[in-house]
Amino acid sequence: MLEAQSLTKAFGGLVAVRDASIKVPEGRIVSLIGPNGAGKTTLFAMVAGFLRPDRGTVTFQGQDITGWQPHRICALGMVRTFQITQPFANLTVLENVMVGAYARIANRLEAAELARKVATRVGLGARLDQPAQGLTVAGRKRLELARALATQPKLLLLDEVMAGLNPTEITEIVQVIRGIRDSGVTIFLIEHVMQAVMSLSEYTYVLNNGALIAEGEPKAVASDPHVIEAYLGHGAAERIKKGNAHA
Amino acid sequence: MIGWTTPRGWAHIGAGFAFALLIPAFVTQNFLLHIAILVLFSAYLGQAWNIAGGYAGQRSFGHAVFVGTGAYVTAILQTRFGWNPWLTLPPAIIGGAAVGWLIGFLSFRAGLRGSYFALITLAFSEVARILANSLEITRGGLGILVPLSPGFANFQFANKGNFFIVVLAMFAVAFGIAWWLEKSRFGARLVAVRENEDAAAALGVDTFKAKLHALMLSGGMAALGGSFYVQYYLYVEPPIAYGVERSVEMLLVSMIGGSGTVLGPLVGSIALHLISDTTRHFLEAPGVALILYGIVLILIVGFLPDGLISLFRRRPTVVPDTDSGAPARRGAHA
Amino acid sequence: MIYDFPIIFSSVMNGLMLGGIYALVALGLTLIYGVLHIINFAHGSLLMIAMFAVWLLLETLGIDPYVALPLMVAGMFGLGYVLYKGVVGPMSHGEDANILLVTLGVAVILDNLALYLFTGDTRIIERPYSFEMVEIGPALITLPKLISFLGSLAVCLVLWLLIDRTDLGKAIRAVAKERQGARLVGIDVENIFALTYAIGVACLGAAACLLLPTFYVSPQVGNVFVIIAFTIVVLGGMGSFLGALVGGLIIGVTEALGGLFLGEALGQIGISLIFILILLFRPTGLFGGAK
Repeated sequence: MLEAQSLTKAFGGLVAVRDASIKVPEGRIVSLIGPNGAGKTTLFAMVAGFLRPDRGTVTFQGQDITGWQPHRICALGMVRTFQITQPFANLTVLENVMVGAYARIANRLEAAELARKVATRVGLGARLDQPAQGLTVAGRKRLELARALATQPKLLLLDEVMAGLNPTEITEIVQVIRGIRDSGVTIFLIEHVMQAVMSLSEYTYVLNNGALIAEGEPKAVASDPHVIEAYLGHGAAERIKKGNAHA
Repeated sequence: MIGWTTPRGWAHIGAGFAFALLIPAFVTQNFLLHIAILVLFSAYLGQAWNIAGGYAGQRSFGHAVFVGTGAYVTAILQTRFGWNPWLTLPPAIIGGAAVGWLIGFLSFRAGLRGSYFALITLAFSEVARILANSLEITRGGLGILVPLSPGFANFQFANKGNFFIVVLAMFAVAFGIAWWLEKSRFGARLVAVRENEDAAAALGVDTFKAKLHALMLSGGMAALGGSFYVQYYLYVEPPIAYGVERSVEMLLVSMIGGSGTVLGPLVGSIALHLISDTTRHFLEAPGVALILYGIVLILIVGFLPDGLISLFRRRPTVVPDTDSGAPARRGAHA
Repeated sequence: MIYDFPIIFSSVMNGLMLGGIYALVALGLTLIYGVLHIINFAHGSLLMIAMFAVWLLLETLGIDPYVALPLMVAGMFGLGYVLYKGVVGPMSHGEDANILLVTLGVAVILDNLALYLFTGDTRIIERPYSFEMVEIGPALITLPKLISFLGSLAVCLVLWLLIDRTDLGKAIRAVAKERQGARLVGIDVENIFALTYAIGVACLGAAACLLLPTFYVSPQVGNVFVIIAFTIVVLGGMGSFLGALVGGLIIGVTEALGGLFLGEALGQIGISLIFILILLFRPTGLFGGAK
C-alpha cells in the first residue's frame, strides 16, 4: 500500500535519514522503532508530505506522491498524527474532530455526526463539548487519533501515540488501534514503548542514526544484537548473552 | 457557536435588524443618523477585517489597502468613465479581492505569518498610498471629488436615512457571511488554520488556499466599504483611502469587540463610538478619542483577549478532566 | 544634464548622512528584536516623542539639542524601562502577536498624545549652525547633517562596546542566545528584557538630538520612521548590528536617489518596496542568518 524507496534527508551537515526503504502492506499494523533522535519522525514527515526528501520516492497505492502537499496526501487517504500533540486549543473536542471529518464531508450535520461517532470510538464521547486545551495528555493523544480517523483514511500514520501514557491507558489505546485496523484501516506507527510494539505490530522496522538496521517480526527483531546495541549501547548484546539467565 | 441555531437566537437576530430598520423612521436628527451610520460602517469594516484577521487568524495591519482600492475604483469609474455608481460596486469588490489575492499569494507563498504578515500588509498599503499620491489617474494628492447629484439612481441620498438603510444592508450581508463561517466547512477550515496550521494541513486542509480565499473575501468586503465611503462623503484622497488610521480602526473594532466572533465587530464599533462621542462631548480636542482607543486596545490584549463580547457570553461549563470517562457531557448539542 | 556627477554625488552624500540616523534608529529596534524576539511597533512613535522633548528643551529652557543628548539618552532609557516593566511586558503575556498589538496601542497613544499636546503642526528649529556648510568633494553638506552622521556612528560604537565588553552586555547576549539557560545560571531574564528595551529606546533619545537640527517634528513623524526602521532591520537581518548599520546607509542612499530620479512623492515608494521584496524573497536579510 505504502512504499518508500531510499528516502534521504539532511539538515545542514546532519543526515537525519539515510537511504531508508520501507513497505507497508494493506491491512497490516507495521511499526517503526528506534532510539530517540534516530530520525523516525523525519521519516514520517517525508512520507506524509511535511518534508520534501532530498532523495528517494514515496508511493501510495501505486501513485508517486513524493513531495506532495500534506492536504493532497490526506485526500488520497493517508493521514498522520503528531508526536507533540497539536490540538486546535480554543475549539471543543467535537469541533476539533469535525475539522478532520470535513476532509471528505462538506455537510456540517453529517460531519458532526461522523465526528461524534469517531470521538466516542476512541473514548472521548464524554468530552465532546469541552475545549481541547483542557484535555490531559492521554486525552490529547486520543484527540489526535480521533481527528485523523475522522478523515476516513486508508492508511493511518501514528507518531508515538503511547508516549506519556500510563500502562492502563496504553492497554486501552492498544485496543482502540486494533479495532481501527479490524475496521479495514492499515496502520503504520512510530513507537518508543517497546512492549506496545511487540503486542501490537506484525512487522517492524528499526531505525538508528538515520539508517534502517533491522526489520522483520517484532520478536525476531527484538533479539537482534544490532537492535539491542542501538537501544542499550555498545556491548549490551554481549553482556545480555553472557548474563542470559532471564528472558 | 452554540446558540445561534436555536429559535430564540433567530428571534433575537430578527428583532435586532427589525429594530434597526425602524431607526430612520423615528430618528430624524441628522447627526444621530450620522453616528448610527458610522457605527454600522465601522462594524461592517471590522467584520471584513474579522474574516481574515479573526477567523483565519491572519492579522493585517494594512486593510486600508482594500478599502482604498474600492473607494478609488468607484470614484474613478464614475468621474472618468461615466459609470453609474451602483455599477461600480461589482468591479470595486472584484478589485479588492484581486488585491487580496496578490498580497495573499505573495505573502503566504513566502510563508509569512504573525508579525511578518502584519508588517507586510502595512507596507503594501503604504505602497498603495504613495502610488495614489503620485499617479495621474487618482489625481494625486488632490483627491477625487464626486459631483453632487442626489437620487437613488446615483447612489446619493439627500436623506441620511437612506444611507443608513444601505449600510444596514451591507452590515447584514457581512453578518450573514460571518454567521455562515461559523456553520460551514470553509469557516471551520479557517479557524483550524488559525489555531494550528500544521495540524490543519495534516487533516486535509489546503492551508494556503484557505488563507488566500479568506483574504480575498475580506478584501472584497472591505473594498465595498470603500465604495460606500465615496458615495457618502463624495470625496476620496490618498490618506483617507490608504491611511494607517483606517487599518488600525478596522483591527481595533474587531479586536476590542472580540475577533473571530459574529457580533464582535458590532460590539467593538459601538464601544469605540461611545468612547469617541462621549469624550468629544467633554473635550473637543484632536486625538483624545484615539488615545483612549490605544489604552482600550492594550487593556483588552492584557485582560480580555477574547474581547468585550466574552463578557456577555456564557462560558461552557468545564468538566474536570479525570479521564474516568464518566458521562459528564453538557451543552446544547443533542 | 541634471543627472551629472556632482548632483548624484551630493545626493549620495546626503543619503549617507541621513542613513547614519536611520541606522541608529534601526539599531535600537534590531537590539530589541535580537534579545526579546519582539517587534516594537512603538519605535517610531517613541522617536517622535523624543524629538518633541528635544524641541521643548530648546524652546522652553534654551538647551541646545547637542547639549541635551546625555539628558535625552537617560530620559528615554528611563521611559523605555518603565514602559516595558509597566505595560509591554505584563500586558502581552509573552506572546508575539500580543506584543505587536500592545506596542501598536502604545504607538496610537503616543501619536495622539502628541497631537493633543502639540497640535498637528510641523515644527523645525533654527540654530546658529543650522546652515553652515561643509565641503566634501563636489558636494556641500550642512554641518548638522555631518554631525548627525558622525554622532550616529559614535553612538553605534558605544552601543557595540556596551554589548560586547561589559557584564551587562554579556548578560544580554546570554539572554539573546538561550533564555532558559540564562535563567538557570541566575540571570534575571525579565529584568534583562526591560533593560534591553530601555537601551533600544535610549538610542532614540540620541537619535532625536542628532536628527532635530536637520529635520522636522510632527506627531506623524513616527510613521515615517517606523517603516524605514523595519525595512533596515529586515534588510540587515533581524538582530544583526552590522546589518542595521549597513542597511541604514543603503536605505538612506536609496531614498535620496529615489527622490532624485522619481521625484519626492514617488521616491518614498522604494523603501516600502524594498521591505516587501526582502520579506518575500530573502527573509533572513542581506547578511544571511539572523544572529
